[in-house]
Amino acid sequence: MEITLAHYLFVAAALFTIGVFGIFVNRKNVIIILMSIELVLLSVNVNLVAFSAFLQNLQGQIFAMMVLTVAAAEAAVGLAILVTYFRNRGNIAVEDINQMRG
Amino acid sequence: MLASIAFYVLSAIAVISAFAVIAARNPVHSVLFLILTFFTAAGLFVLLGAEFLAMLLVVVYVGAVAVLFLFVVMMLDVDFAELKQGFLSYMPIGAIVALALLGELGLVASAAMSADGAPIALAPAAPGAVTNAEQIGQVLYTDYLLVFQLAGLILFVAMIGAIVLTLRHRPGVKKQDIAAQVGRKRAEGVELKDIRPGQGIG
Repeated sequence: MEITLAHYLFVAAALFTIGVFGIFVNRKNVIIILMSIELVLLSVNVNLVAFSAFLQNLQGQIFAMMVLTVAAAEAAVGLAILVTYFRNRGNIAVEDINQMRG
Repeated sequence: MLASIAFYVLSAIAVISAFAVIAARNPVHSVLFLILTFFTAAGLFVLLGAEFLAMLLVVVYVGAVAVLFLFVVMMLDVDFAELKQGFLSYMPIGAIVALALLGELGLVASAAMSADGAPIALAPAAPGAVTNAEQIGQVLYTDYLLVFQLAGLILFVAMIGAIVLTLRHRPGVKKQDIAAQVGRKRAEGVELKDIRPGQGIG
């Protein structure tokens, strides 16, 4: 059976769903939440590249690179915030983060 | 045929390891499964004919982002068993949302399957043909120059932000002060003593 666009869409849908599910079930662990966000962005990239190959158009791959950049920046800044928070509080309990509001 | 088998194996590994990321008890295992997911996704990209992006995924995600996660997980001394406690209490609502999402996305994918069942053209590169990396290079620095610059700006801002957030000034640490070092005058540093012959410095 030949691999069509829909096969890749199914894989990306599964990855996206797992990412969103991970955000829900790991409410307390902000590191796993960040990893789940990476999974969601990865599924978006799979979709973009699949459509790029399907339409024989490079625009999707260029945009996937853009998503990759944003994901890397997001991970760096998110982990920096996490490290600073841990330094100040001694834990990474997400429930207490609302004390940061001004 | 071989490509189909590769697709099914890679996608199965990707989905299973993605689930292991969110289900693993130990966050270090989560990071390692995340690396496996990215690696298999890179394999899927190769199957799609996007070799450049696949290598980018390996370099950026496996080489940088995942290692960053690994460093942070190992550096923070956190009781992760305690953080895992709410897992079951959030399970029902998460499962509902996940099932709804999967249903919707599956519906869209099925529609795509019934609309156009043409296999994805892999366009095997003929000898002397333009490779994927070359194609991207041809458009990235011409048509998408602004996007490229914007990506650089985003990375720059993220770098500055991460440095500013984690930079800590500790009091009482001796550091080299170049300005004070260079701005020193002879009069401050040298003291002339008049010593009488034969007596020395008492």
